Amino acid sequence: MFRRFELRLPQLVLAIALILLGMVFILTLRSVPLIIADKNLTSLALLISGLIFYAGVLIIVSMFQSETVLTIALLLPSIVAVAIFVYGFIGWSVRVSLSQWKGLNPDFTWVGLKQYYSLFHNDPRFVIDIRNTAMFTVGFILGCLILGLGLAILLDQRLKGEAIYRGIFLFPMSISFIATGVIWGWLMNPATGNRITGINLIFQSLGLNSLISLWHSTPQPWGMAFTVIPAVWQLSGFTMALYMGGIRSVSEDLREAARVDGASEFQIYRYIILPLLQPVTLSAVIILAHMSLKIFDLIVALGNKAISLDVPGIYMWTTTFDGTNYAQGAAIGILMLISVAILVVPYLVQNMRTETEL
Amino acid sequence: MTRRILLHILFYILLTALAIVFLLPVYLMLLTGFKSISQVDLKTMWSMPNNGLHIENFIAGYKQLAPNINNSLMMVIPEAILSALLGSLNGYLLSKWKFRGSNLIFTLILFGMFIPYQSILIPLVKFMQTIRLYGDIPGLVLVHIIYGIPITTLIFRNYYAGIGTEMLEAGRIDGASLMGLYRYIMFPLSAPSFAVVIIWQFTQAWNEFLFAVVLTNQSHWPVTVALNNLAGSQLVQWNVLMAATLLAALPTLLVYVFLGRYFLRGLMAGALKG
Repeated sequence: MFRRFELRLPQLVLAIALILLGMVFILTLRSVPLIIADKNLTSLALLISGLIFYAGVLIIVSMFQSETVLTIALLLPSIVAVAIFVYGFIGWSVRVSLSQWKGLNPDFTWVGLKQYYSLFHNDPRFVIDIRNTAMFTVGFILGCLILGLGLAILLDQRLKGEAIYRGIFLFPMSISFIATGVIWGWLMNPATGNRITGINLIFQSLGLNSLISLWHSTPQPWGMAFTVIPAVWQLSGFTMALYMGGIRSVSEDLREAARVDGASEFQIYRYIILPLLQPVTLSAVIILAHMSLKIFDLIVALGNKAISLDVPGIYMWTTTFDGTNYAQGAAIGILMLISVAILVVPYLVQNMRTETEL
Repeated sequence: MTRRILLHILFYILLTALAIVFLLPVYLMLLTGFKSISQVDLKTMWSMPNNGLHIENFIAGYKQLAPNINNSLMMVIPEAILSALLGSLNGYLLSKWKFRGSNLIFTLILFGMFIPYQSILIPLVKFMQTIRLYGDIPGLVLVHIIYGIPITTLIFRNYYAGIGTEMLEAGRIDGASLMGLYRYIMFPLSAPSFAVVIIWQFTQAWNEFLFAVVLTNQSHWPVTVALNNLAGSQLVQWNVLMAATLLAALPTLLVYVFLGRYFLRGLMAGALKG
């Protein structure tokens, strides 16, 4: 592996200097905390010192003429960070979920799958969460796919001002779920009678009284269906953009050939473009579904933690940080992870396989 | 031909109707924001300002959120820049210096982008408390950089994969090292990708809520947490809230309006290769 070692004196001096500097910083910081303007920045300084130290190591590694070793050494900080913060923490969460930790002091007493068992067997709130997530997921995916595909086809008609329309349908993507939830909370205000407002007020003044709705305050399970509206508002543009990419990749020659054969525009979409869009639909479904399984901030801002609009993401948050039921919170987090992993892992594995073949 | 014209008119009507619905929330925020305080009434939510344009609501909203907007800026700027530098290095190495297992490592990194953060939240909070980076902005910056590694690496890797190896080979013949090739060939070509990644990370971190709410204390709340709190409190009038919401959304909206091209590319990268 180490075919050659090329000693270059200036670099070696620099490397040793960096290593020593890093070590001195680390040793100093271990006994003297770094406090700037009342902020304890010791660990941040330790991290930077560690990186200085590592930079010295990297210079020495680069003297061994092996590019593979250098590549791995350069990737190592990222790999270690992800290994700890993603995989290590998942493992730690799994361990917490198998304990009975409740209260501020950690308690790792092993109770097996008890937390999971009680979530599924005697926790009415978790049952509501599953029902709400299912309702939201179905509505959200259907809404985004139908609206997204419709918009993509409309914008494929070479109309003037296409770019402006596209910009309008996509801009909600740049806004936070929190801001979206706050605005739509006002638009979908359920007040009636004298206090009628928001979209209901528009319906009333247009004489469309039958459309006046309690929105997300509708009795369950249908109230959850209305939370789909702001989510679709935010992400149908994204779905549209995915479909537009798919439609554009259908060659103009193919369309022209169909036209010569006497196909109508409708038939071209029905028999040529739509079948070719299946892979796009699959990607869109996977991305949208994984978002909806994780849905959290939108519902927080819209529902103000109302139990009828509860989802696992909110339950995990409140039970852990308001109720200090860490073991239960960890179990919910892991269940969320499993549901997302079932969806995403095959997609990632396939992505990796096709790349390796290339 | 007349059929085609009629069809086009129908398309325009459809698109315009949908565009109006899409713009409704922004219209409401602007409308309410510019009304005088005396004119704010739920019954007249949709009527135009009748005694000139006022900006009191925006001033009041800004007063509510100013410290938090500042917190968000302090977090987002270093986060976006450092994320992009790290992602660029990773992307270069994983696209141009493949080794046995490098695709597997990349896939394992990529998985980190999809996980629900609730599944790592308890260890994360405990860890940040242990290393004393809990409660303040630097800790939040670190967390956003680390959980940003997957998407930034992905965007740069795809970008670099599209750059031919001819230039790198020529550079190698001239004796450039692995880092020399990055420094003198790849990095200067990366400006578009840096724009995409910096804008993406800026938008993500600005809009993020979960890490912000569990990792910072009240004096360091970013704008999303403060806005959610404002919306939940009974003390703030809704007209001020509308103005505040617009202010909180404004930075990312402006980025979208002026740099939408780059924002879109980041968005599409999140869909892997489709």
